[in-house]
Amino acid sequence: MTTTDQSPETAPPSDYGTHPGAAANHAFKWVSTGAGSLILITLAAVATFLLMEAWPAVSMPAAELGESVSFIKPEDGQSLLEIVGYLVYGTILISVIALLLGTPVAIGIALFISHFAPRKLAQGLGYLIDLLAAVPSVVYGLWGVAVLVPFLQPFYQFLADYLGWIPIFAPPESGEVFTGRVALSAGIVLAIMIIPIISAVSREVFLQTPKLHEEAALAMGATRWEMIRMAVFPFGRSGMIGATMLGLGRALGETMAVLMIISPGLTFSANILQPNQHNTIAAYIALQFPEANALGVNSLIAMGLALFVITLLVNMLARWVVSRRSEFSGAN
Amino acid sequence: MSKRIDVNNLNVYYSSFLAVEDVSLAIEPKSVTAFIGPSGCGKSTFLRTLNRMHEVIPGARVEGEVLVDGVNLYGDNVDPVTVRRHVGMVFQRPNPFPTMSIAENVLAGVKLNNKRISRSDADDLVESSLRGANLWEEVKDRLDKPGSSLSGGQQQRLCIARAIAIQPDVLLMDEPCSALDPISTLAIEDLMQELKDEYTIVIVTHNMQQAARVSDRTAFFNIAGTGKPGKLIEMNDTPVMFSSPSEKATEDYISGRFG
Repeated sequence: MTTTDQSPETAPPSDYGTHPGAAANHAFKWVSTGAGSLILITLAAVATFLLMEAWPAVSMPAAELGESVSFIKPEDGQSLLEIVGYLVYGTILISVIALLLGTPVAIGIALFISHFAPRKLAQGLGYLIDLLAAVPSVVYGLWGVAVLVPFLQPFYQFLADYLGWIPIFAPPESGEVFTGRVALSAGIVLAIMIIPIISAVSREVFLQTPKLHEEAALAMGATRWEMIRMAVFPFGRSGMIGATMLGLGRALGETMAVLMIISPGLTFSANILQPNQHNTIAAYIALQFPEANALGVNSLIAMGLALFVITLLVNMLARWVVSRRSEFSGAN
Repeated sequence: MSKRIDVNNLNVYYSSFLAVEDVSLAIEPKSVTAFIGPSGCGKSTFLRTLNRMHEVIPGARVEGEVLVDGVNLYGDNVDPVTVRRHVGMVFQRPNPFPTMSIAENVLAGVKLNNKRISRSDADDLVESSLRGANLWEEVKDRLDKPGSSLSGGQQQRLCIARAIAIQPDVLLMDEPCSALDPISTLAIEDLMQELKDEYTIVIVTHNMQQAARVSDRTAFFNIAGTGKPGKLIEMNDTPVMFSSPSEKATEDYISGRFG
């Protein structure tokens, strides 16, 4: 340490140079950056594919397209845009039914597991819910057609008889709900499908509620439900919205269950008890794809593009809702 | 407003584990009573039995009596939720609700008790509670900002404002200054001196100087060893406790020979 005449060439290797972890840290940086970029590239690739493949159908005059694509029937006054309109409407209608029916139940289950059930029961229930989330949609579809729809049919008849004056419950003209293969059934099966994912995510969020805030509420004389409203819900709000959006994403894109249950149709009807009124984008694409010619495939991809845009919009809306009150979120 | 507490032969359990054994003591109204003792001696556990917060933990239970002005908190017809509306609590770490504004935090407890409160009554209550907690001058221009935007000491005073807004009979404080700097600590100690004119205050503290400064009476808890229950060793007027305690263990603890 006292040698001042040493030349740089003969200086001993510095103690403050590289350390063994540096290479791994460097590698980690590139792997994580790569993974992050990959998702952007994939998204861009999907969007590009959809736009390019949809273009031939979108840019073609409606009459010409109608002649060459079997499922567009210009003689009934149909155009591609109109079909997309019906399908977007049907998709959103059925998903909203699913969300309205599914979310309260899912949040209830999550709350029961996180705050009410005895610990052992909660654990078992938690596993069960995770398991339900893994059941393939085709199984839900089969079960829906074979069990749920016949079971619900008398209930639908009841709705039509007593609440038929409300437009959405209006029965077919004969007054009889012959079949349960209607939008409401599809919505109910989708609700059952999205309950596990919403409740699994919400449960995790609810469990993260700081004990400190729960005790603050309890200590000022809140009942358990009041404590949940004061401490658990506000803290878990963005998580709950995220969970709901995950569920909505699954509902919007669900193909098999809807395809198997619904008796499809193309209208803007609000009557969720009438068959042959609604269809969803995903189910329609699956139905038409096997027999579509080249332009038909282009038309179907244009519908896929519409679904892609809906999903993006829904996610952006959710982000906006979450960020609106971020100053008041539990994060700070 | 201010009530006395008498505890008779209280045993406190976590499931089958006896955490605090056979405590009997009296807490006078309009005074500050301090609980001191080493970590794990059960003083916080005991404090939480005074507003039935103890039983929030699964498996936790109590044997014995806690009488507030003669009413047993563990009697048959007593609802723990109602008990907590009369016995307020301030915690070790400041815990304002992060999703509520400063004003909403103050009103949180009142809204539980009395769902409908007129706008002007609410404003008056926010002001009087924040004044009571010596916080009004600092926050009066930003009542609609989140409670979490305040400093730690201010947040703790906000929690005190929230607790006194429902006008409890007793105010329990579980190491209220342990997460705060000395200046904020002083502010809260001054506040305790003002609050004791109206409330019965019980404070758990690790800081013996604090106990000596703020309390009228002091109770010393101790534990014989890990796994053994905590016990009340002695309780007396604070000046007596810190000058001539009657137990050897108390003297050792206070003079810093252990703990």
